[in-house]
Amino acid sequence: MNENHRQLHGLSRELIALRIANELEDGTYVNLGIGIPTLVSNWIEGRDIVLQAEIGMLNTGPLAAHGQVDQDLINASCQPVTELPGACYFSDCESFAMIRGGYMDVAVLGALQVSEKGDLAGWNNPERGFPERIGNIGGSMDLAVGARRVIVAMEHTTRDGDFKIVKQCAYPVTALGVVKLIVTDLAVIDVTPEGLVLREVAPGLSAQEVQSVTEPKLIISPVLKEIHL
Amino acid sequence: MDKVYPSIDAAVADIPDGASIAVGGFFTAGSPVHLLQALARQGAKNLTVICQSMGPGNEDVTTLVTQGQVKKAVCNYPFYRSATRGASSPFEKAVRSGQVELEVYPMGTFIEKLRAGAAGLAGFYTPTGVGTVVEHGKEKRSFNDRDYLLELAINPDYAFVYAWRGDRVGNLTCRKTARNYNPEMAAAGTITIAAVEELVEPGGLDPDKIHVPGIYVQRVVKVERRNYIPSIE
Repeated sequence: MNENHRQLHGLSRELIALRIANELEDGTYVNLGIGIPTLVSNWIEGRDIVLQAEIGMLNTGPLAAHGQVDQDLINASCQPVTELPGACYFSDCESFAMIRGGYMDVAVLGALQVSEKGDLAGWNNPERGFPERIGNIGGSMDLAVGARRVIVAMEHTTRDGDFKIVKQCAYPVTALGVVKLIVTDLAVIDVTPEGLVLREVAPGLSAQEVQSVTEPKLIISPVLKEIHL
Repeated sequence: MDKVYPSIDAAVADIPDGASIAVGGFFTAGSPVHLLQALARQGAKNLTVICQSMGPGNEDVTTLVTQGQVKKAVCNYPFYRSATRGASSPFEKAVRSGQVELEVYPMGTFIEKLRAGAAGLAGFYTPTGVGTVVEHGKEKRSFNDRDYLLELAINPDYAFVYAWRGDRVGNLTCRKTARNYNPEMAAAGTITIAAVEELVEPGGLDPDKIHVPGIYVQRVVKVERRNYIPSIE
């Protein structure tokens, strides 16, 4: 428990997603995980970014409007989606060959904890109390290992104010040393071999305030600035 | 070589107790629900079910659990996402009480194990799961300075798959994301049973647009397309 915690106000979930959308480059193939990552799709309409759905699709379009639903066209969260021009379908097996094979430029994933070494814990919350080695792994481990760049999108702390950016993950890990960038409601943090570099803070926050809700020591970037959206 | 069975029940009639069955479908999409319902009527026990999920989007699997037909499940996303919804799920209860054994693999590993089985391979090395609980009990080996885990093939006795269109000799064409696990599972099953929405004569499918070559399919049954709103709640 973080004893120094006080409520810090930062970006909404939608704006975390927008900050990540701004990080994505045109001409890239991107996979979005469940939760905040899914919201990134709202901010890239019209851009030259191809979304992959691990169920077996490229050029996944926005969520299907009512009356536009095709039961044979869903994303990995079982939401009815649409197809964009240039879409293609393939089997789940090929989808994961694509993911492990290094063809995804970016995977945006949610997380329960991220360590200062870039370890990601996201597939199993021990509070659920499943038997050992059991839980909903889904596509998370393949994406974490296979994508060229893993960006984590999450709230900076738990609802109780506990650290989510930690020295060592206490929760079961998804993959080791894979996270390259962390975007939260409070900060944008690069994971580097030297440690976590605080690059941006939410408007009105100080580096010290972000440090107070982050377990590992942050390296303050010499060009630290406010998150610009 | 006519592989069409007169009814769904006839197609699953010989499945013995103790059989392993791969079941296609990603949540609601491309799930062979009619075959699962027939298996519940047929009553075979001590089954091993190889399926993405055991409940979410696929409630017909749950019937097999409540009827005590399932001994073991092999999944990648077995449970409901919501803890509250999961707590009332017969499958989650059966796993927690030890009544049903459960193995969980990462999604890519899960389907690659079936592909390997279908392709005559004993297994494969994958980087997925290194440093996680998935490592447990597996050989870890380094190639070119990267660690990999040995994952073994799965060769199920039966496969239940679903297709949009099929012909009498077992060629199948899937539709959109309803394809998902169906092609590799069809190839992996020793006896593969395909439920098709539309049954056509040989020549009725474009040979360039076939997702499952007929050689992998032993039985074909025509089913009625159900209409539903996709959901895993």
